[in-house]
Amino acid sequence: MKYMMLIAGSEEAWDTLGPDESQQMMERIGGWWGEHSAAGRIIEGHQLQGVATATTVRRNGDGEATVTDGPFMEGKEVVGGYGILDVPDLDAAIAIASSWPGPDVLEIRPTVERD
Amino acid sequence: MTDRSVVDERLAEVLRDERGRLTGALVRILGDWDAAEELVQDAAMAAIGHWPKDGIPENPGAWLMTTARRKGVDRLRRQARYRERMEQLTREATQMSARVPTDGAMGADDRLPLLFTCCHPALNREAQIALTLRTIGGLETPAVARAFLVPEATIAQRLVRAKRKIRDAAIPYRVPDASELPGRLQEVLRVLYLIFNEGYLASTGDASERRDLARDAEWLTSLVLRLMPDEAEVIGLLALMRLHLARSDARFGADGSLVLMPDQDRALWDHSAIAEATQLLARAERMNRPGSFQLQAAIVAVHAASPSWTATDWAAIVELYDALQRLEPTPVVALNRALAIAERDGPVVALAEVEPLADRLAGYHLFHAARAELLRRVGRPGDARAADERALDLTANPAERRLLAARIAQAGSGRSEGPT
Repeated sequence: MKYMMLIAGSEEAWDTLGPDESQQMMERIGGWWGEHSAAGRIIEGHQLQGVATATTVRRNGDGEATVTDGPFMEGKEVVGGYGILDVPDLDAAIAIASSWPGPDVLEIRPTVERD
Repeated sequence: MTDRSVVDERLAEVLRDERGRLTGALVRILGDWDAAEELVQDAAMAAIGHWPKDGIPENPGAWLMTTARRKGVDRLRRQARYRERMEQLTREATQMSARVPTDGAMGADDRLPLLFTCCHPALNREAQIALTLRTIGGLETPAVARAFLVPEATIAQRLVRAKRKIRDAAIPYRVPDASELPGRLQEVLRVLYLIFNEGYLASTGDASERRDLARDAEWLTSLVLRLMPDEAEVIGLLALMRLHLARSDARFGADGSLVLMPDQDRALWDHSAIAEATQLLARAERMNRPGSFQLQAAIVAVHAASPSWTATDWAAIVELYDALQRLEPTPVVALNRALAIAERDGPVVALAEVEPLADRLAGYHLFHAARAELLRRVGRPGDARAADERALDLTANPAERRLLAARIAQAGSGRSEGPT
């Protein structure tokens, strides 16, 4: 089963970490990611640049696109990265998400597979 | 020939007991919840056709399993890609039918993994409850709907959505590993206790059917205990339910009105059931793994052992609430602890404990009702009346509404508030 793991966090929460703590957290996340990738449980993924770099493109029914600055949903929690998991079932996906080192919220969703 | 009504009655009984086990076995093999349920349904239809002619089989559960398995094989034959599963179904069916009649003694029971799936934290609470009652409890969808006073279509929709999520998100069908088990078992027990309370607290016109839910939950919990005999909290929950049920005859007056514990006629309590439940709880306590259900049961046991409300050992109850609060620091536990303190140390001390909970319990009718009672006891009838009115606004339970309305009507004449 493939799941998309969407990692959302509050940039404020990250900002309150001191530079050393922030550095340590990034190292822990790096180690965590490396371990799951090496085991084939995370098959791809990226950290995203800050929400200040986000651009939203909205297409209406006539096919017209409007481009605006910012993420498509304004909220305290913003998407900061994602990973694609390849694991046997939801419990395995939950176990991975539950061990994520950062102070974040994670959403797990199965992907649509078309044979 | 066997009389039709005899067949119907026996079939309903067998389905009630065996549906979870049959469905569990088929889900495990097929990995498809809907198909498993349909096969059980098909087997039940076949029973309606055959049993009146051929007589009720000696082992109806095994008959249903064999029939469901045959129908499953027929179905899979039409779908070549399920060949592997079909072989498993053919292979295992013999063992399964042999297993159906025995109870408790067997090592693995397919209902247990099924129950953990029904109560998976990735499903919302309402779906967990509906799935558990329907699949493990063997209740038909309309019965679940009536018990929860919601339209049948709503329950059907909840079940469909939940099963779809189980399938699409690949929620596994297994008993969790030792590392996850405590949390997941807690989730199962919470669902069972919610079902119990939905029935136990029911007091509307069609109350009898709803009160059956409390018995259903008790039955399900005793099933979990048979399957997991070494879990102290399972025993704790079962003891808690049985202690409540032992007092149920005293909870409603002849006119159907709610009688609170201080006013209950303790001669109506089932004292032999209380003694048994108390012994059961002692068994859990000997396991030395305290938990919130054991503590709640212990609190009820203190009440149950007391000859009257005034003779209750309030110091022991406050101590148990202290322990419960350490495990579960919720405002509702704090409120109940404060009510025990009111009996031990008086209403002034208790009111000081209750007031700081106001923000967090603003929407909880029993907070306002309890506060009203304390206010009355410290001589603030005006504030008491306002709090009672707030409580009345917040509850839809007819028996509670009657009680509150009566209290407001005769404002000033105190009657102590207590657990029911």
